[in-house]
Amino acid sequence: MVVGTQSRYGRESASGPGPAVAVAPPHLDGEARRWVQRLRAGADGHEEAVRELHALLLKAARFEVGRQHARRPQFSPAERDDLAQQSADDALVAVLAKLDGFRGASRFETWAYKFALLEAGVAVRRHAWRGREVQLDPEAWGEVAARLQGPDDDAQMRELIAAVQHAIGAELSPRQREVLVAITLEDVPIDVLAERLETTRGALYKSLHDARAKLRGALALQGFEVGAR
Amino acid sequence: MSGPTREDRLERLLGSPGPELTCEECFEQLDRYVELELADAQADEHVPGMRAHLRGCPACAEDHEALHALLAATDAPAAERPEG
Repeated sequence: MVVGTQSRYGRESASGPGPAVAVAPPHLDGEARRWVQRLRAGADGHEEAVRELHALLLKAARFEVGRQHARRPQFSPAERDDLAQQSADDALVAVLAKLDGFRGASRFETWAYKFALLEAGVAVRRHAWRGREVQLDPEAWGEVAARLQGPDDDAQMRELIAAVQHAIGAELSPRQREVLVAITLEDVPIDVLAERLETTRGALYKSLHDARAKLRGALALQGFEVGAR
Repeated sequence: MSGPTREDRLERLLGSPGPELTCEECFEQLDRYVELELADAQADEHVPGMRAHLRGCPACAEDHEALHALLAATDAPAAERPEG
C-alpha cells in the first residue's frame, strides 16, 4: 500500500512513527496520549500496543466486511476473513505511518477505525469488481438522455434532460465525460475506477466535481434551476 | 434492491452547488464529524462542506456510513470536543 502524498489518506502527516522516544503531543488527552506514546518505536510496551491496535483494526475491518456482505452476499467465510485480515494489516501500517497526524480531534480509537473501514470498504468494492471489465466508452455520453428519459416526462423535464445531454457534449473534456458516465450512470465504484486508471480517489473526484460544476453553470445560463432538489 | 431513480441519477450527474470538502479533507475530518453527529453536536456547523461532499461522493459516503454504524454498534461514547 502506498502511504504518502498519493495515498488514499490525504494530507495528514506521513512522517512515520518517529524516533525511539516515547513522546506525544502535549494537547492529547490521557487515553490518546497513552496510545501515541506506546506506539512510538522503541517505547515501553510498544509491541503490546501494536497488537492491541491490530485487534482494534481487525474488529473494524470485520465489521465493515460483514456489513457489506449482509447488504449483498458475495463472499465465502474464508474470503471475508482474508479481506478483513488484509485490511487490518494495511490499516496498521497506515496508522503507524500517520501517527504524527493524530491531533486528538476525536478519540484515538475512532481515528484509527476510519483507516480500517476505508481499507475494508475499498477491498470489498475491488473484490466485487474483480474480473469485471470497466468500459470507458468515449461515446457513451451520447446515451445519457436515453438513460434519463421516462415515459411520463413533462415538457420541462424533457428540456432539462436535453440540455444536460448537450452540455455534456459541449462543456466537458473527453476524460471528464468518461469519468462522469462511469461513476454516475454505470455505477463503477470510484476506487475501482481509480485502480484501473492508476490514479487516486481524490483525483478522480476532482475531475467529477469540476465536470458537475461546468454542467450546472451551463444549465444555469439557460435558465434551469439546478441543485435545488 | 431497487436501483436509483431518475432523480437520483440527475443529482449524481449534476452534484450540488456550494462549497464542499475534497476526498482528502473528508477523510481528515471524518472521525471528528461522526463523533459530533453521535453527540448531536451540530456536526455540519463544525465541519462545513462535509455534508455536500458525502452527498456527491459515494465512496466517502460509504466510509461515513461505516464509521457511524461501527461507533453506534459499539456504543462508543461520543466526543465532547466541539472544536478540533
